[in-house]
Amino acid sequence: MTVYIIRRILGLIPVLLGITLLVFFLIRLIPGDPVITMLGDRASPQDIERVREQLGLNDPLHIQYLKYMGQLLRGNLGQSIINRTDVTFELAYRFPATIEMVISAMLIGVSVGITVGVVSAIRRNSWFDVLGMIGALLGVSMPIFWLALILIYALAVNRTVLPPSARLDVDLYVRRVTGFMLVDTLLEGDVYAFFNAIWHMILPSLVLSTVIMPALARITRASMLEVLRQDYVRTAWAKGLAEKVVVVRHALKNALLPVITVIGGQLGGLLGGAILTETVFSWPGMGTWTYRAILSRDYPIVQASVLVSATVYVFINLAVDILYAFIDPRIRYN
Amino acid sequence: MTQLVDNFDSMQKKPRSLWRDAWRRMRYSITARIGILIVCIITLAAVLTPLVDPYDPKLDSDLSSARQTPSMQHIFGTDRLGRDIFRRILHGARLSLSVGIVAVLMAGSIGTVLGLVSGYFGGTTDMVIMRLMDILMAFPSMLLAIAIVAARGTGLFNTVIAISVVGIPGYARLVRSMVLSIREREYIEAARMVGVRNVRIIFRHVFPNSVAPVIVSATLGIGSAILTAAALGFLGLGAQPPAPEWGAMIADGVPFLRQSPHLVFFPGMAIMLSVLGFNLLGDGLRDALDPQMQE
Repeated sequence: MTVYIIRRILGLIPVLLGITLLVFFLIRLIPGDPVITMLGDRASPQDIERVREQLGLNDPLHIQYLKYMGQLLRGNLGQSIINRTDVTFELAYRFPATIEMVISAMLIGVSVGITVGVVSAIRRNSWFDVLGMIGALLGVSMPIFWLALILIYALAVNRTVLPPSARLDVDLYVRRVTGFMLVDTLLEGDVYAFFNAIWHMILPSLVLSTVIMPALARITRASMLEVLRQDYVRTAWAKGLAEKVVVVRHALKNALLPVITVIGGQLGGLLGGAILTETVFSWPGMGTWTYRAILSRDYPIVQASVLVSATVYVFINLAVDILYAFIDPRIRYN
Repeated sequence: MTQLVDNFDSMQKKPRSLWRDAWRRMRYSITARIGILIVCIITLAAVLTPLVDPYDPKLDSDLSSARQTPSMQHIFGTDRLGRDIFRRILHGARLSLSVGIVAVLMAGSIGTVLGLVSGYFGGTTDMVIMRLMDILMAFPSMLLAIAIVAARGTGLFNTVIAISVVGIPGYARLVRSMVLSIREREYIEAARMVGVRNVRIIFRHVFPNSVAPVIVSATLGIGSAILTAAALGFLGLGAQPPAPEWGAMIADGVPFLRQSPHLVFFPGMAIMLSVLGFNLLGDGLRDALDPQMQE
């Protein structure tokens, strides 16, 4: 197992290097001069030249890349071109908000998706199965920003059943320790603020969870139907085991293998979907930050957030692969 | 006796092709039929609307009838500039459908060629192509699409490029996995033995045998391309106003969500229905081409 993990981690090095290369060159293709964006149209050519020199933009591209990698390895993601803030600092500030939303969306998506898939499979062709699969089909076909707006209209605009934006009510204050609102409220011992934070998180997380929920429901159903036909499940039924035991211990455990792969693959969808969800819900995470940076051509920010998202995605996929190999020994021996 | 002759006659008939068989199976599937119906309606709207109703979005505004609720005169109501939403949705079908189809054609053909070359030749070629695909796949697709549009500038053409680039690795991997099993078959070996050139083997023998899953994937891909294009349009990175692009129409209605939700509701329904159509058609095709997967 250790050899397998080491081999997989080593295999990531070229991919990570490729990511930095692609991000570095892609961002440099952005039309328009970032120095003019920074100094304004009326800046003198001398000033523009001086700042270009300062930022190292006059160096050949490969030197710029090497300098960029040197900084990156020291954990320095550069400075925002527009407001001169430290990108690493701001990223650390915004990252927890996005991750908190992505994790809660994942929890909702996985639990609802798998439950719907399992029940649909064991009650095949029932009304639950039909409705569940229609729901899953509509779910994959729906733009999440549209669903977000419809839910905001239904639940937050005319009747404030759920709050449409922010991570906490404006009259509440929680000291920032980790940046994860649920953790910080608990560290502060403020139960009211904790539930308020959950209250604020429901709508964005629910919307984001629809990115993975339909796919999980469909793959779980298909995988369960496959497993339920196997001889060992028939034997379990024949032994007179309770339905719960047969379904959960014998069938679901084996049906989960393809589901785990799908969860890993869908994570990219969650990270991408976070941009749209955060924009609609004015969530102060990486998504809104990246989006604004793209519009204002603040490329150190775009570079940093694309890089971080891709790296997180790569590592989560690695974790999924390792988990998969852990569950299914056939994989690591190949 | 007659029956025997009939049986003999039917044995003489040409065997049904894979596609004919698939079409026969698809006709019995209700969901596939709904998918075909939706796709036909959207295609008709996209093709016929510009012919029947010539439209210049720049000239189409009437502030005196802005944000009217649905009525007999404007069945989906009007937007903030008094433009008929139903009319704009019909004209938007052409944009969404062409983005979806062109993006999938580009991604599908480039991905297929890369997959064929990678799978057939193996070795260093395979390694280099697949590592490049790994790098592209390491990016969450929406984020990569946004980064590409940001790098190349907003607009419909760049949206198509972004969606295509994001889609390439999926097709390359799919085709490669097919080729890996096909290249070991006897008929490929036989072709090689008689001295057929590699390019000819790839395009005449390997490609036709790996095309079915690519077509299924492409049909499903059109749906997700429409979704991505709408998302880019919503963020202001896709087709620019006043083009009747569905995602941009939703973004246009957001400030008026409280008073005029129909500005957001109808364009979203159009996106959902068209994506649903392609998803149903894709699912139906997959089930029809591979009946064992029907579960």
